[in-house]
Amino acid sequence: MANKRLSSAKELEELRKEILSKRDSSRSIVTVCTGTACQTYGSLKIYQKFADEIRKQGLEGSVAEAKSTGCHGFCEQGPVVVIFPQEICYVKVKLEDVLEIVSKTLAQGGVIERLLYEDPVTGERIAKDPDIPFYKNQMRIVFENNRHVNPRDIDDYIALGGYSALSKALLQMPLEQVLEEIKKSNLRGRGGGGFPTGIKWETTRNAPGEPKYVIVNCDEGDPGAYMDRSIMEGNPHGVLEGLIIGAYAIGSHEGFIYVRQEYPIAYENTIQAIKQAEEHGFLGKNILGSGFGFKVKVHRGAGAFVSGESTALMCAIEGKVGEPKMKYIHTAVSGIEGRPSCLNNVETWANVPLIIDKGAEWFSSIGTDRSKGTKIFSLVGKVNNTGLVEVPMGMTLRQLIYDIGGGIPQGKKFKAVQTGGPSGGVIPEQHLDTPIDFDELTKLGSMMGSGGTVVMDEDTCMVDTARYFISFCCEESCGKCIPCREGLRMLREILTDICEGKGQEGDIEAIEDIAKVMQDASLCALGTTAANPALTTLKYFRDEYQAHIKEKRCPAKACKALTSYYIDPEKCTACMICFKNCPTEAIHGDKNIVHWIEQEKCIKCNTCFEVCPPRFSAVRRISGESLPPTPTPGTKVIREKKR
Amino acid sequence: MVSKTKSKKSTKVSRAVSKAVGAYQRDKNMLIQILLDLQSMFGWLSQEVLTDVSEQLEVPVTQVYQIASYYKAFSLMPRGRHIIRVCMGTACHVRGSPQLLNIISAMLNMKPSETSEDMRFTLETVNCLGCCAMGPVVVVDDVYHSKPATLALKKIFETAK
Amino acid sequence: MTINLQIDGKEVKAREGMTVLEAAKEAGIEIPTLCYLEKLKPYGACRICSVEVERKGRVRIVASCGYPVEQGLVVKTHSPRIDRIRKVLIELVAPTTIIDGEVAGEIKKLAKEYGANIHRFESRFRAKPTRCILCGQCVRYCDEVVGEHAIGFVGRGIERRTAFFPEKAKACLTCQACFNLCPTGKIPSETDFVVFDGFSVDDYLAGKL
Repeated sequence: MANKRLSSAKELEELRKEILSKRDSSRSIVTVCTGTACQTYGSLKIYQKFADEIRKQGLEGSVAEAKSTGCHGFCEQGPVVVIFPQEICYVKVKLEDVLEIVSKTLAQGGVIERLLYEDPVTGERIAKDPDIPFYKNQMRIVFENNRHVNPRDIDDYIALGGYSALSKALLQMPLEQVLEEIKKSNLRGRGGGGFPTGIKWETTRNAPGEPKYVIVNCDEGDPGAYMDRSIMEGNPHGVLEGLIIGAYAIGSHEGFIYVRQEYPIAYENTIQAIKQAEEHGFLGKNILGSGFGFKVKVHRGAGAFVSGESTALMCAIEGKVGEPKMKYIHTAVSGIEGRPSCLNNVETWANVPLIIDKGAEWFSSIGTDRSKGTKIFSLVGKVNNTGLVEVPMGMTLRQLIYDIGGGIPQGKKFKAVQTGGPSGGVIPEQHLDTPIDFDELTKLGSMMGSGGTVVMDEDTCMVDTARYFISFCCEESCGKCIPCREGLRMLREILTDICEGKGQEGDIEAIEDIAKVMQDASLCALGTTAANPALTTLKYFRDEYQAHIKEKRCPAKACKALTSYYIDPEKCTACMICFKNCPTEAIHGDKNIVHWIEQEKCIKCNTCFEVCPPRFSAVRRISGESLPPTPTPGTKVIREKKR
Repeated sequence: MVSKTKSKKSTKVSRAVSKAVGAYQRDKNMLIQILLDLQSMFGWLSQEVLTDVSEQLEVPVTQVYQIASYYKAFSLMPRGRHIIRVCMGTACHVRGSPQLLNIISAMLNMKPSETSEDMRFTLETVNCLGCCAMGPVVVVDDVYHSKPATLALKKIFETAK
Repeated sequence: MTINLQIDGKEVKAREGMTVLEAAKEAGIEIPTLCYLEKLKPYGACRICSVEVERKGRVRIVASCGYPVEQGLVVKTHSPRIDRIRKVLIELVAPTTIIDGEVAGEIKKLAKEYGANIHRFESRFRAKPTRCILCGQCVRYCDEVVGEHAIGFVGRGIERRTAFFPEKAKACLTCQACFNLCPTGKIPSETDFVVFDGFSVDDYLAGKL
């Protein structure tokens, strides 16, 4: 840690050398993922145990070191522990495994087979993480740092080369050149809009008025998306550096970071990062002796999705309620307190140091014609390798879901992938070979969005999916304008009715009618895009809507009101498992007595269906047809003699 | 429950509000942050707290109430000793969070946003917590539970006093 | 600086800083509104004033109360698309204002003019009608013109309400400005002239609104 503020590029480089000299490169670094999700699996305790064991076994200092980092992205396999430089990746690590890892792997260099990732197709155990298909197919130019920095220690970031881009920008590049570089790179906003970042910066720069503001939007509200959380939590300096560079190019001396209240660790780590950056002189007056000064404040959200909309966010920063304002003048020209304000997403800012460091040409060599660079996606839902993945633009959806995601669990059939959150849409199987690109996804009726990518299988009801997103937006609508507030209210009622078997002739036309008015007349993007999930599910899965309305049948057997659960008396072996697990005691039976479900008590929670052993598969879900008769209580189980 | 007179201000509240407002140098722009701190401190925002914030920060009481009633993080009613949050994000939804909510609702005989009469539990739904690989997720007293089995849930609720 | 634009085929001269609604008004072209009041800052909540604007070959739907005039702008205040928007907006907001099977005031006028079926969504409107369309004229007038902040918004989305604040509402006895502004007549009909018990913030907190 520097004991004085750095006042030149030279001092920064000297500090970097000093930090690196204290780090023995031959030493093993046990990197434990302590992102929010892995923490709930106990990874903080695992990290602590590593630190203790390394010390106990006399390995501290020259042989090994434990490091806690932010999210690695390999979330399905958490807790994840990676040992560098050997790149040995251990998955689903338990507290009890720590001792063995320290004595066997760290002390003796041996690999513990049972903790390695097992390829579900070949059954092969893979030791080195670059060989794991999940990682192999990614291009982690932004996210990789998450695995190498302790977010609460600025030295880690500096050791990796952190703040060298800032130094280069402030001390070697006139601000116009920084602006040009970002424009040349063709970086487009990663928050969902995909607006060219360089142009937004230039507009803010050229707009009359002082002071100018720069803002980091970490109000990541799309349900199922957590890329920004992981970046802000795991590498806050990466974002901060980008922000300061942007402020310089724009001519802003004051910035804001707006973090969702639901992300307490990201908030804490950001506060800590700012404090350390201030101590080192990366923030404040005369940064690195450049004459440029910049300060930043952190605002927490308070639980409102719509507050992530740029005009709403700016209202919140002014201490007013975070609801959108009617604005026909871009916030880049007139934002906070009517001043030019440049708002960008966390991931957008995180790309900036890379572009300054390696150049716009390098950046624009990655990706497609109109979508450059990489994008981080949260690949979630019915997919094997749930997690955060970073891929070059242009990779296809199929490659993302199958090569990296490992396909659909339990051998189920892919049905659709939902991208763009509540503003986006579903993309069915026939379009899986579409390259991931802002414009390509928009052409399909969806959008890139912030990166939430939810995979759905044959058990997912598309009408329910539409209902889910409409309900979400209905609850999150600020309520100011009629088309959004009342439109969503009515859409929710109609879709809920359809899912409950109360759909009527003319409902689909009503949905389309309301959707059109919402698109045309809503005050903000929440309203104009909220109907998209309904429209895309109608576009690609109209037959499901017809089945619900005309036949009162849910093809996916997911809608509670249209589905009944039935235990097949010819398959039931009275194993009592469903009986014990039913939360409402709706299942009756006994040893050797066929189980049956009392329909009035059944809440359709799906538990019995899930717990019935696959070799019996005695629980049936029935939709659109009448239930077979309940067996007489007390019927004995018929056991077939095995051959 | 109509109060027609201004409630007697307690020094405890006054002091807490003063501290919260002072922590942000009485900056009106930090109203939401001040309310977040007070919500954290008291577990809810009473009329007393809200009117005091309005006075001490010198912002219209309408503005304070608009913000306090707009955001999910704020509770205008006292909440239970144990807060149960079920994540309703898309990934959790696809993995069965509505059924999970059903199960918990049935077990505790409560609907979301309700607080049990004995003040033991408050049941809430939240939008994506960002732990999608663990879905469906339920958080009980800030402890995250991934794909909880029905029996495990029963135990958690029975032991929560 | 004079700005030349075209509204419904008519050449209109406007001043920089004017909105399309203001320019239209001055030129004698009436655009319907529900939440607009000249004394107040444009709010953009009702969207009834939506018009088509064409600029550089691109057509957009915008709220004329807030859209600034531009040189060469081509505006249509009526079209099948615009008329449909107004019709559906009235149909969507009608259920909360229906009393004894009828709507009143501005809503009635617009429903007739645009052929809206006020009962279209009635059967699926399952909340308690509030008679408030949340145009915000009352709140904004009290904030911006009177400066008393006696009435405000609470809640969000379909739970959004207007509520009086009893302690501040002492000034209301002599003011009563919002009574005449309310396009549905809710305020004068539900507000006791002596004590504002109809929809105070206490009622909101008690869950009565």
